[in-house]
Amino acid sequence: MERSMLRVKQKRVALNSNHAVAYAVRDVDVDVIAAYPITPQTTIMEKLSEMVANGEIDAELIHVESEHSALSAVVGASAAGARVFTATSSQGLELMHEVLHIASGMRLPIVMAVPTRALSAPISIWNDYSDLMNTRDTSWITLIASTAQEVYDSIIQAYMVAEDPRVLLPVMVAYDGFLMSHTYEPLNIPEDPTAIRELVPRRDRITLDIDKPVTMGTITDPRWYYEIKYQQVKAMQNASLVLKETSKTLHEVLGRKYEPVEGYKMDDAEVAILTYGGLFGTVQEAVDIIRDKGLDIGAIRLRQWRPFPSEELTHLMHDIDTIIVIDRAISYGASIQGPVALEVYPIAARMGVHVFSVIAGIGQRTVLEKDIMGIVNKVLDYLDQGVIPLRSIYWGVRGGE
Amino acid sequence: MEDLLEIRFHGRGGQGAVTAANILADAAVREGKYAQAFPHFGAERRGAPVVAFARISTKPIEVHSRIERPDIVVVLDSMLFELVDVTSGLKRGGILVANSKRNPGIEGDYKVYCVDATGIAMRKGLVVSGWPVVNTVMLGALSKATGIVSLDSLAEVISSRFPEDVAKRNIDAMKSAAESVHTC
Repeated sequence: MERSMLRVKQKRVALNSNHAVAYAVRDVDVDVIAAYPITPQTTIMEKLSEMVANGEIDAELIHVESEHSALSAVVGASAAGARVFTATSSQGLELMHEVLHIASGMRLPIVMAVPTRALSAPISIWNDYSDLMNTRDTSWITLIASTAQEVYDSIIQAYMVAEDPRVLLPVMVAYDGFLMSHTYEPLNIPEDPTAIRELVPRRDRITLDIDKPVTMGTITDPRWYYEIKYQQVKAMQNASLVLKETSKTLHEVLGRKYEPVEGYKMDDAEVAILTYGGLFGTVQEAVDIIRDKGLDIGAIRLRQWRPFPSEELTHLMHDIDTIIVIDRAISYGASIQGPVALEVYPIAARMGVHVFSVIAGIGQRTVLEKDIMGIVNKVLDYLDQGVIPLRSIYWGVRGGE
Repeated sequence: MEDLLEIRFHGRGGQGAVTAANILADAAVREGKYAQAFPHFGAERRGAPVVAFARISTKPIEVHSRIERPDIVVVLDSMLFELVDVTSGLKRGGILVANSKRNPGIEGDYKVYCVDATGIAMRKGLVVSGWPVVNTVMLGALSKATGIVSLDSLAEVISSRFPEDVAKRNIDAMKSAAESVHTC
């Protein structure tokens, strides 16, 4: 942005994260919304339906017959040039899976909210991040928020990034199902959405246009397919830069600052706990308690899952010798089974930092401060014995090792 | 006020325990405090025992985990005392506000308050499909018993959420509960 942005006037309200999404979608002025109900996403669509019905949003709201259709409908609308939104959770995200790749391959700036939820079978409506982690290789930019405030801000940022001509990739904004999606908490939102609309100006891109016909997503033989896919690699790299720029703009306009990875009491830390989503708050509380007992410990929150912020994480990990990564998803049969722990491993290996992968909170098994303290004690025991297990620690499970 | 107060609501599906927690948090936010409200969302249906939670603090609240050791418990249905251990985890010296004419047999180091919320709801016309809706009534009793939020803030939230006539009946009932709640 060339001109300097003015801080906008905001009001303090109590919303849950699902309603925070709906208000952000309202404020960016979307054109087409399509979704199919699934717990715990449903209240996003209920709120948006209400906003469309009472004229707060001037958008087409399409009630479709499945999540596969929901994403297909917004793929079509986005290809025709509309600003679009959808949302889902769990099995709904699984049913969308093949279309996730089509959305990113067609370079469509779709934004989707994902209040995360465990996967069937057995059926669990409760939270973990199994659904989100299954989308790892779909070429969607993925942010994981920790508060309702950040959920609102991230939806705005998602449109700023997705529609940037250097990026043109879809964006998912994820957060804890129930633990955040259904939790009311205070946040500040602009009194007048005009300021938000200025952040997301309508920009030209290649769309389906009968006057300038194009074909999108057509069959591409071995002579060109690889190059098209490599363009997605470059777009994802560009997204890192654009996320940084837009975070700066949001800080100026809304007064809130977000980093791809955020440190808490990391200055003198020797041990760090890395996690994501709403669990970070509990980890921060535990860090305070453990520090009082004399261990130099800090915490790191991963906000930007794709593109993975390797450089920023390297910087934060500079002075530690051990990192504990708490995942709420399982990569069955992997060398270590925490999806984010796997991602941290190559960075830690280059730096000579020990990695402990911990699985917790599966199917919303409660994780309290005392659990975090127990996890840290277990890791300290391993370190005393000089053992770094090449597998994950399963915390809080009956019959676990 | 303590830095952080944690509250657990017990009710039955359809009685409005979740809405009570939401209204309480909204009222606290309007008073400039920090607050959270969340349900324990299970496979709940009308009539089944449910719980909802709220946190109210003078400082930002970082945690998003469920509450295990509440300071205050609010029980919306007098029949629940026979079904659910409502004092489970309640801190010593903690407060229990019951929809009951007399002490429902609570023993231990707790301050117990009683209010005939069902009677008030019936008298004030807070009946939906034959069910007395006691959530706002219980909030009136909670406000009076603990001072956690003011009746004015609760009334403001109720007015913002419901049509005028419904809001008025709820506010009347809430005030009547505040007048009649007593230790028991």
